[in-house]
Formats: sequence, structure tokens, C-alpha cells
Amino acid sequence: MVDRNPWLNFFSHAVLILGVAIVAFPLYLALIASTHTAEAIVQSPMPLLPGSHLWENYRNALVGSGKLGSNTNVVHMMWVSFVVAMSITLGKIAISLLSAFAIVYFRFPFKMLCFWAIFITLMLPVEVRILPTYKVVADLGLLNSYAGLSLPLIASATATFLFRQFFLTVPDELVEAARIDGAGPMRFFKDILVPLSRTSIAALFVIQFIYGWNQYLWPLLMTTSEDMYPVVIGIKRMLAGGEAAVDWNIVMATAILAMLPPTLVVMLMQKWFVKGLVDTEK
Amino acid sequence: MEKRVLFRSAWLPWVLIAPQLAIIGVFFFLPAGQAVLQSFQVEDAFGMSREWVGLENFRQLWDSPDYLGSFQRTALFSVLVAGIGIVVSLALAIFADRIVRFAMIYKTLLIVPYAVAPVIAGVLWVFLFSPSIGVATHYLGRLGITWNHLMNEDQAMTLIVLASVWKQISYNFLFFLAGLQSIPKALIEAASIDGAGPWRRFWNIQLPLLSPTTFFLLVINIVYAFFDTFGIIDAATQGGPGQSTSILVYKVYLDGFKALDLGGSAAQSVILMLIVVTLTVIQFRYVEKKVQY
Repeated sequence: MVDRNPWLNFFSHAVLILGVAIVAFPLYLALIASTHTAEAIVQSPMPLLPGSHLWENYRNALVGSGKLGSNTNVVHMMWVSFVVAMSITLGKIAISLLSAFAIVYFRFPFKMLCFWAIFITLMLPVEVRILPTYKVVADLGLLNSYAGLSLPLIASATATFLFRQFFLTVPDELVEAARIDGAGPMRFFKDILVPLSRTSIAALFVIQFIYGWNQYLWPLLMTTSEDMYPVVIGIKRMLAGGEAAVDWNIVMATAILAMLPPTLVVMLMQKWFVKGLVDTEK
Repeated sequence: MEKRVLFRSAWLPWVLIAPQLAIIGVFFFLPAGQAVLQSFQVEDAFGMSREWVGLENFRQLWDSPDYLGSFQRTALFSVLVAGIGIVVSLALAIFADRIVRFAMIYKTLLIVPYAVAPVIAGVLWVFLFSPSIGVATHYLGRLGITWNHLMNEDQAMTLIVLASVWKQISYNFLFFLAGLQSIPKALIEAASIDGAGPWRRFWNIQLPLLSPTTFFLLVINIVYAFFDTFGIIDAATQGGPGQSTSILVYKVYLDGFKALDLGGSAAQSVILMLIVVTLTVIQFRYVEKKVQY
């Protein structure tokens, strides 16, 4: 740093510690609540230090049924979330790699039209066209299916643009060299372009996984059968009975479980995550 | 921008681009087109007949105090979320940029809310501010403030703003931090040699150079407040009390899926589409300019 002012450094740390404390507090409280009995939480104020019912609560949250007002357990809901998140992530990455390759490396009629058609999907999130999308999915008979949960969310171009940006920076000499060596377009794609895109793929993976895992509005409309609920919907439904009837310890244990996979992905893949975030938006 | 060297094939590019076009065709253009079409029609409650009514649906929205009220609330909500979120994250980023020790720990902890689903964020904040058992409610009570967001409209709005800002802090923080770290150190050092203190350097160098980032985040935050906060609202207030927190997206959902007013809901969707397109165009205009400087 330019100047070493111990007071300013101290102040910086103080501000950051305060900021982190406020940001982390709701999460901390959820963690604490998941270690107490339902009775202990209802006392006002609830204890702010960990209790001794951790295993019990998590076991109840994971395999206990009945109490949740539904027959499915959290393990199954997490599995649904996982399948949906992975389908969205892998589906998007796959179709985007292919279409970005077509757009950057080929010349074909109506190329600009295709480009703009894809581009325009960037602008409209699912939320603004829920009702007609619902109708389309219902007409196709895809309600309550994994395809219905994931396909409409794949229909966006964020990933295509990220790959297009990246492909444009790949030196032309590589194509020339590949051609001289007799490699066709698909060979070039498979052996050169995709391996070069590893970082972009990792970055997109983080962002899309979180996006898929955290989807709420779409599954809320799409799923009527309990065994297709993602975990995020499950948590909301546990609160349906009104505040008094809620077992907050189980709700919070479930919330912690539901937050775990995306949080781990963000923390463990932090480097790619930050890169992906900054790149997709530019 | 084009590549100098291109592959030649009449059919391969179409095969490559076909999956993407098929998916956006079926799940994007078809529904979006239907929304536009429906917004000019009225359907009876059983879906038996449809009538072309021109701009009638839009006129009804314009005349509806409910809808205009929702518009105002959405405007207030998005300005609050964007404004508070940007100021708080900028402050955190400025201090995080200064320090060396523990920087990684702070950063890691600050990005966690990004991974939390909006609904879960709503649930966490409701738990904190629950009128009967909330920890925050308890301590506010000791300060003489009675908190009940189920009864008090302003408190309900405050709650969803808090939860929405909380969730978006990570995103804003990362962008500001990246922006600050891309400012050449030489500029800061030169200012320092000329006797500018930290406060002066912030106002005269860092803040102006961050203006593209800030503007970009402003647009992104407004879009976020408009659309991505559905889960937070559904978990925290469900649009209530009364209509006090039912922002536009929430109203599309209520009118379309709960009240089954298809035409009205479609007209609302079309208005939302226009808003997003406008925001996106503004953003791209600006980003294009920024590239040149």
C-alpha cells in the first residue's frame, strides 16, 4: 500500500469485521437454531450459542417425514435439486459450446439473424414470461418432469456469449496449423478448442450450478407432485403451517443442508467463480 | 468481429447451432410471442373463447390503482436495493482493497450470500425478524421499537429491502473489488506523493475511475430487484400486508396463477419485457462507450 497508517489499517479491519459479522449473522443464527430443540428456539430471545441437538435435528431433517407436511424427505429433494442443477449446467455448457463454435468459426446464411435471436434471450429472464412458458411446457406434457424443470432455464444465451468472447481471442494460427495437419472442424473443436476453454467452462459451471440449484419460481409453478420438489421449495412448504406450527430447528437444519452444495461450490471454486462472474457480464 | 480463418461447410454450422435454436425457439420465442398475443386478448374464465380486445388490457392496467401502486412500490424498492447495496458494498470493497492480511478470509465470507437461494434468504431474514420469536425483534423491542412486518407496511418493505441487499452484497463487492484492483497503482502513488490523503484519493481518483463499474452495477441491481427477488418476497411477506410489498413480478404471478386473469397478466409481462429491454439497451450503449475510454 502507498502509505502505512496503522490507524487507517486498524479502522479498515474494524469496518470489514463489522461488515462480515452483519453479513454472516443470519447464517450463523440458522446454524445455531439447527442445534437446539424447537422449544428452546421459541423462547425469546433464543440462545445465541450452539446447543446439543445437532445430530438429532439433522437426522430428522434428512430422513424424518410426516413433520414436514409431505411424504418426501430432504435426501430425495436434494437429489432432485442436484439433477436439475446439473442438467441446466451441463446442458447449457454443451449447447453453448457448439453454437458459439458455429457462430465464430463458420460463415453461413442468416448468421447475423441467428446471432441476434440468441442475443435477445439475454434480455428476458424466465420471470417475465412465466405464464406462457408454463402453457408451452404443459402442452408438451412436461409438467412434473426433469425436462420441464430444466429445459426452459437452458434457453438463455449467457454461456454462448461467454464462449464467443473467448473463441474470438483464440489465435487464428491454431486453426491454420490444425488445417495444415489435416484436422477437420470437429477434430479442431474437440482436440483444441474445448481443452483451451477449460477455465471458461469451470467458471460457467459454478455460476450455472448455483443458478440451477436456487431456482424457485419455475419449479413452484411446474411441480405439483411432491417427489419432484427441489429442496428450495421443500423449505418454503415447511413454513406453510404458519409461524406457531413451524419446527424452526428442522427448518434451519434443512436450510443449512440446502445451502451446503452451492456454498461449497462457490468457496472451493472461488477463483473460477469470480472470473466467471466478471466475464459473463462484460 | 470475425475470424480471419473460417471453416467451410454448408451443413455443419446448422447442425451445431440447431440445439440452441430449437430450445430458444420452443421455450423462449414461442412463449414470449404468446405473451404479446395474449396481452391483446381477453379469455373467459374457462378458456373456452378468446376475444381480440386491442389495447384494452393495457388500458385497464393504466386505470388500475393497484397496478400503478405496484409500479411505485417496485420503483421505490429497486432504488432502495440498488442504492443501499452499492454504497455498502463500495465501502466494504474500498477497505478490503487497502488491507493485505486476512483479505482472503473476509472475501470468502462476504461471497457466501451469493450462493444462498433467494427463498432461503427470505426464510433466514424472517427468522431473524419474526414478530414472536425473532432475535432482532427481541432486541428492537428492548430499544422500544415494536417490530411486526405482518402488520406494518413500512417494516415489511424494510425487511425485503434488507434481505435483498444482503443477498446482492457479494456480487457488488466482487465487482467493486475487481474495479479497484484494476486502477493503476501509479495513479494512487502519484496522488500520494502530491500530498493527497486517503479520503482525497478516494473522491478524486478511485470513485471517478469506478464510475463505469458503478453504473453497470446500478443497472444490474435494478434488474435484480425487479426480477430475482421473487423468492425473497414469497418467503418473507407474500406481497403483504395488503399489497404493500407486491412488486411487479409478484403481481404477474398473483394475477396470472392465483387470480387466473390471463390477459391482464400477459399485458403485465409485456410491460416488464419492455422495461428489461430498455435497461439492457441503456447498459449496452454505455458499455460500448466505456470500451473506448
